[in-house]
Amino acid sequence: MQPLTAFDLSVPLQLTFALGPDLLLMIGAMILLLWAAWRPESAAHQRSVASASIVLAIMTGASVWFYLMRGFSASPGPIAVDNFRWMADLVILVGTIFAIALARDDNDRQGIGVAETHVLILLASSGMMLLAAARDLMIVFLAIELMSIAVYALAGLNRRSSRGAEGALKYFLLGAFSSAFLLYGIALVYGATGSTSLTVIAERVIVPGATESPLLLAGLAFLIVGFGFKVATVPFHMWAPDVYDGAPSSITAYMAATVKAAAFAAFLRIWLEAFPGAYTAWHTALAAIAIVTMVVGNAIGLAQRNLKRLLAYSSIGHAGYLLVAVVPGTLQGASAMLFYLFVYTLATFGAFAVIIAMTRPGRDTVMVDELSGLWAVRPWLAAGMAVIMLALLGFPIFGGAGFFAKWYVLQAALQARVPETALAVALVLTTVVSAGYYLFVIMVMFMRAPSPDAEGLPRTPALTRLVLAVTVVGILVLGVYPNWVQRVADAGLPRVERASMLGLFGAPRQAR
Amino acid sequence: MREFLESIGYVRWVLPALLALPVIGAGLIWMTPTPRRRGLAPGIDEIAGGLANGPRWIALMVLLAEFVVSAGLWWAFDPAVAQWQAAFDVSWIPYWGVRFTLGIDGIALMMILLTTSIMVLAVLGSWTGIRRRTHGYYALMLVLTSGMLGVFMALDLFLFYVMWEVMLVPMYFIIGIWGGERRIYASVKFFIYTMIGSLLMLVAIIYLGLASADPQTGIPNFSYDRILETVQVSPTAGLWLFGAFFLAFAVKVPMFPFHTWLPDAHVEAPTAGSVVLASIMLKLGTFGFIRLAVPLFPEAAMHDDVRAVILGLAVIGILYGALVSLVQPDFKKLVAYSSVSHLGFVMLGIFALTVQSVQGALLIMINHGISTGALFFLIGMIYERRHTRMIDAYGGIARVAPLFATLLTIVSLSSIGVPGTNGFVGEFLVLLGSFRTHPILAVVSATAVIFAAAYLLWAIQRILFNALDKPENRHIPDLNGRELALMVPLIAGIIWLGVHPQPVLDRMEGAATRFVQHVETRASRAMAER
Repeated sequence: MQPLTAFDLSVPLQLTFALGPDLLLMIGAMILLLWAAWRPESAAHQRSVASASIVLAIMTGASVWFYLMRGFSASPGPIAVDNFRWMADLVILVGTIFAIALARDDNDRQGIGVAETHVLILLASSGMMLLAAARDLMIVFLAIELMSIAVYALAGLNRRSSRGAEGALKYFLLGAFSSAFLLYGIALVYGATGSTSLTVIAERVIVPGATESPLLLAGLAFLIVGFGFKVATVPFHMWAPDVYDGAPSSITAYMAATVKAAAFAAFLRIWLEAFPGAYTAWHTALAAIAIVTMVVGNAIGLAQRNLKRLLAYSSIGHAGYLLVAVVPGTLQGASAMLFYLFVYTLATFGAFAVIIAMTRPGRDTVMVDELSGLWAVRPWLAAGMAVIMLALLGFPIFGGAGFFAKWYVLQAALQARVPETALAVALVLTTVVSAGYYLFVIMVMFMRAPSPDAEGLPRTPALTRLVLAVTVVGILVLGVYPNWVQRVADAGLPRVERASMLGLFGAPRQAR
Repeated sequence: MREFLESIGYVRWVLPALLALPVIGAGLIWMTPTPRRRGLAPGIDEIAGGLANGPRWIALMVLLAEFVVSAGLWWAFDPAVAQWQAAFDVSWIPYWGVRFTLGIDGIALMMILLTTSIMVLAVLGSWTGIRRRTHGYYALMLVLTSGMLGVFMALDLFLFYVMWEVMLVPMYFIIGIWGGERRIYASVKFFIYTMIGSLLMLVAIIYLGLASADPQTGIPNFSYDRILETVQVSPTAGLWLFGAFFLAFAVKVPMFPFHTWLPDAHVEAPTAGSVVLASIMLKLGTFGFIRLAVPLFPEAAMHDDVRAVILGLAVIGILYGALVSLVQPDFKKLVAYSSVSHLGFVMLGIFALTVQSVQGALLIMINHGISTGALFFLIGMIYERRHTRMIDAYGGIARVAPLFATLLTIVSLSSIGVPGTNGFVGEFLVLLGSFRTHPILAVVSATAVIFAAAYLLWAIQRILFNALDKPENRHIPDLNGRELALMVPLIAGIIWLGVHPQPVLDRMEGAATRFVQHVETRASRAMAER
């Protein structure tokens, strides 16, 4: 058989091929689920399911890499076969592997023997991969639900923790609420355009006068609200600190980085593929949300003394920065967003690896004060955390790729047809605000005397150490030589219909 | 000398080597083992003790090598050539049009030599003062060296920005870990102030890079030369961009209302930290004005209103710094505020925009680096002995520590600007040059020279010459050999530049003249268009 270069998505077999990595992950997760349920809960069983899950995630990653390298394309249909999807998948899978590795160690330390943890993570990830591929609003909804339901369960994983239960319930209620918004938005858009396919919607929206339809505008507003909840933008962020604080640390990292990455990927694809014609309608709203999110997230972050809540607010701030990349609605913005998501994933998992290393058995959170004088006690942990904090701050060299990520987003904002100077300025000013709390963490670790009980900290588990090392080294190496990810992220441009793009955003850049 | 340098291809590798050497040294220091336990066995303790000294010896050797390598630039540099010298250019991130471009002109040359020589002394000055966590300290000092040198060499705006930020982190840690009592407050304030300015500069740099993007490929361009030649921005945009650069550099200089971080940082930093801050880091701000802010936006910088505001702030800074110094009870704070005054002279010289005033400003940059650095060293030495910086706590020190007294007097005289010392030449040139364009400001600023005499002479009178009435002061040991060795080069510099500054001026003259001409032509063209 000749190797396929373009899938015809109306043929079931070819559609199956186009969904290859997603199906691999889903089927694998089902099998692992059976195995996980087969044996009674035990620490050893939990660990072996985790290892198998990591292997499955790596295999899926390899298949994604294969699809990416082969450069497949597809006829218009319900799912996209483009580099944007594969790149988003890779970011998601990297997060998945880190999350499972951390969950394995964290469960061990906290005495949680639920082997299904890892399978639930895999199921959520398969939902995310589908989300990154979706080119039909129905599939978007389906994928979001697949992802969310698994994550609801994950949030309440620690059954002995009352705060965990509170967070999980909050997350579930608000998540259901946001899904309702999303679904209603989809219904209204369908009412206005008569389709749920992004391609068809784009064609119908570009018709003069179409954007004046109140039905469409209301639909857009509901979509923004629904996604706003999922990625925790202000004013839809209220759930995030409680949920992030209550959930086990590995799951918090997964929610803060990977769930966000998947939701942003879908968000961007919908705006870029379905609604370029309605640019003027959503542009101002998103810009305003971006600014408010950056300001509020970072400002409240200053007051946090609980490390997990601090990172929760920081992640709200980062949602704002990511929106800055979405707002221009350009291909540069898409590249910048992917690059940012990748670096943000590394930094977030690194930070939570440190949290897991610092959490004492039986506790589910870490106060910043507990890091006092960490440099004297655990120099490598402190140095790694410092790098991660500086990366989140967006500082060059010491913060590695964090700086390049911010630079790329700023460049994308200023490269828009009408330069988004206000957004760029808001981004850098709120970055200064965020320095207040990132530096606070560094200050506590390096400039305070060690706390008396610091010596009693248990040894950092191996996988946690590995995750921390990989993320920190990755951040630092990319911070000197970003070309590789750069090139791949750039290949990850969504293959948007040219006709709808050209009129609005100008021709995409030629340079490769 | 020149033949020898040519024979080893000196100019082709010197700049990247200068950047790499300290980083390699920092890695070496990081790898030297820390002695953790004592009393293992006879003989092993001595080895462990030797290892504890490892970091400072490595730092000293690396920085001495750095100085020797950089010294060749003095001969290799040809003042007659108008292009960048010792240029080095490789691609870094092709996709964003970012290149790793280095090169120097006469101004950068002198700043690099100042940096490499002060850093050697800074390590000597920390020899006994820094006892805790020496690994981190010396490694950070080395990284800091690379960062500062990078700013002086960078000819790519992206690289410039990276280097500009890189030097912030080591200094933050140096102040915050090894500083005085209020070190945490001072270090955070230092970091945040600098960052506010520099992040807006980041936006401006990206804007410029996109404005001079390659029209075919759309790849931005951050090369300094090309931006200088090609970027055309509207007057309003120019004003905003200049504002962003201005803020970044004005905080660093620091100019008058942005100076409040300086007294805290200088006072709380350990001795060598204060020296590096005063001698080199402040100069990065004025260097930024000469290299970027003014040449890139001459129309905005030389706009009458803008210029009036900046000159006004410079003169306010000169007088304010001097007056506040007058009433400081803390000697270190006194010197810190005197920096505000001296740097005001530099700003006056730059914005008065005559060849003489700019040359004077450049000379003050070097002089202030030597004199104020020397003052901070001396303060550090006496602080190590008495653990106080309050002027009142001393008195009659000249009788117990005559060497210290002699050196402090010479350095103070140079800081005041007494003829025959380096301080005189620079301030004289600035006043002479700015008198031609702004006579009133020059006259007002000249009064600050009198204040300078007042605050410094009064202070050394109270420290050195009053009655030796405090029992704690009777047994202060005089300077030891290491401290003398540290001060001798500084004193030599003070006298050499005071008597024969011509070789230095020769090397900077070309760059200063081109700077003035470039700005004048561009500004007058803009004027004509208006």
